[in-house]
Amino acid sequence: MSTPVRRRGGRGPLASIALHGTLIVASLIALFPIVWVVLSSLKPGYAVQSTELALVKDPTLANYEYVLTETNFPRWVVNSVLVAAATMVIGVFISATTGYALSRFNFPGRRQLLLIFLVTQMFPVAVLIVPIYTIMARLGLINTLGSLVIAYLTIAVPFCSWMFKGYFDSIDTSLDEAAAIDGCGPFATFWRIVLPLARPGIAVTAFYTFLTAWGEVAYATAFIQTDSRFTLGYGLQQFVPAFNPQWEYLTASAVLITIPAGVVFFFAQRHLVSGLTSGATKG
Amino acid sequence: MRLRRFWDRYWYAWAMVAPVVAVLAVLIFYPLGRGIWLSFTNLTEANQLEEICTRSITGEEDCQPNPNAYEFVGVDNYIHVLRGDVGEFWQWFGVTLIWTFACVVCHYLIGLGLATMLNRRLRGRGLYRVLLILPWAVPAFVSAFAWRFMFNERFGLFNVVLSGIGLDPVAWFADWRTSLLTAILTNVWLGVPFMMVALLGGMQTIPAELYEAAEIDGATPWQRFVNVTLPGLRSVSTTVILLGTIWTFNLFSVIYLVNAGAPAGQSEILVTGAFRAAFQGIRNYSLASTYGVLILSILLVYSVFYRRALRKHGEVW
Repeated sequence: MSTPVRRRGGRGPLASIALHGTLIVASLIALFPIVWVVLSSLKPGYAVQSTELALVKDPTLANYEYVLTETNFPRWVVNSVLVAAATMVIGVFISATTGYALSRFNFPGRRQLLLIFLVTQMFPVAVLIVPIYTIMARLGLINTLGSLVIAYLTIAVPFCSWMFKGYFDSIDTSLDEAAAIDGCGPFATFWRIVLPLARPGIAVTAFYTFLTAWGEVAYATAFIQTDSRFTLGYGLQQFVPAFNPQWEYLTASAVLITIPAGVVFFFAQRHLVSGLTSGATKG
Repeated sequence: MRLRRFWDRYWYAWAMVAPVVAVLAVLIFYPLGRGIWLSFTNLTEANQLEEICTRSITGEEDCQPNPNAYEFVGVDNYIHVLRGDVGEFWQWFGVTLIWTFACVVCHYLIGLGLATMLNRRLRGRGLYRVLLILPWAVPAFVSAFAWRFMFNERFGLFNVVLSGIGLDPVAWFADWRTSLLTAILTNVWLGVPFMMVALLGGMQTIPAELYEAAEIDGATPWQRFVNVTLPGLRSVSTTVILLGTIWTFNLFSVIYLVNAGAPAGQSEILVTGAFRAAFQGIRNYSLASTYGVLILSILLVYSVFYRRALRKHGEVW
């Protein structure tokens, strides 16, 4: 700053305008596609496909009504919720103990396991999808929701363990020691002392797993073949085939899917960030 | 006896990691091993049966070995893929590099810029923060559809606006460059919030005294940014850039849903190209595995170099 007398952290009016201007533009860019989809979902089909620019045109809820009553959309929502919830419960349950062990004990194999978690992030869908597909086929699980849960665990478990490790790292070890002195074994310490303290961490990991499963496309496209068993990520593609896509229904269902996800997101995001960064930096 | 002591000391730690190790072994490493093996065979949907069974009139099953069963073919798949006989490996590889580089650079720079602004004291910070994180709250596939909708060549928002101000509408999906651009724009929009928030988290761990000391020494805001903020973000940055690169490299849904590789598969990245090559028409499992192994090798080489570069700068990680 040119004037040394200015209060620390203060800035000139020009800088202020530039700062707020940039942030406002960025916020508008972030917001606009969402608003546009919401607006489009309220238009009748012919207005969605019109080349004339209009923010609001003949507003109607007919698209929502159609999607909710005439299509398999509600079914897909149920499927997605089932798959995502199952992945969440199983994934969180098994990764919590691992995160705890990685955070507290220096056991042989610990470093390797941490490295493996990183490496698994590199595995492309393409290399795993076929073998997992053939395994599922052999077990007779193709075209079942169970196959998706199993496949999503491969994505969720390494990352969740990593996040849990970050959370447990931030919980003071003196609590563990106190519990040990009072006669708690390692499992009891984990279950009675540490896990309850990590409740926000559990919430966030659960949320992350849920969203991963909620939005997955590749496995769902490859494993599921019957309309009534689609999850949302695949089902939505049915609205917009190459010929005669029906964007009005797509936008309506997009809004319906986003509302619950968005609401939950805002409760979790603050923790999500701190969990992510602490896990990442204390590696 | 040593073994015994070892076991006594560590059994509970091992017990705690056992379920995850089991999941990793069964669902990642076994499939990985099998995937590598499949890439050396010619397995497709058509020749996957090892035996062909026919039911005779009496109800007995008569099984004979399938004469066309899949077999070991050595490195044939790799030769086919790398020579471009099946799919367009080099085109897709180039696209993947452009895609990954453009996305990660934009994510990081925009994220860093926004995080720096949000890290200052300013009015309405909470509101800006919430608005800027919004794209993260929408499931990725929904956003992908939304952007494809906006890039629609006939009635999409962008072309309507372009013709509205008297310019020619762009046939976004007719050329692989513009087609890729649509996907990159979508993904930048999607990915900036994560970067921003991760970097903001990192910035908040930098002690304020460092900034005060720099200010007393007469450092300009730019100098403070370069000499205090950036070094303070080192560990967060290296992690998010590494993870961001890997995730973007393997990001399936955006390319698959936004531009669908248009035109004629030229703007596919390796992951989606492999998926399409393998799962459309007769499913070619061995081909998909070959691509998968190649992708994995590229990423492994990349991360080894990345780590080495970090180590040179004295980062232990």
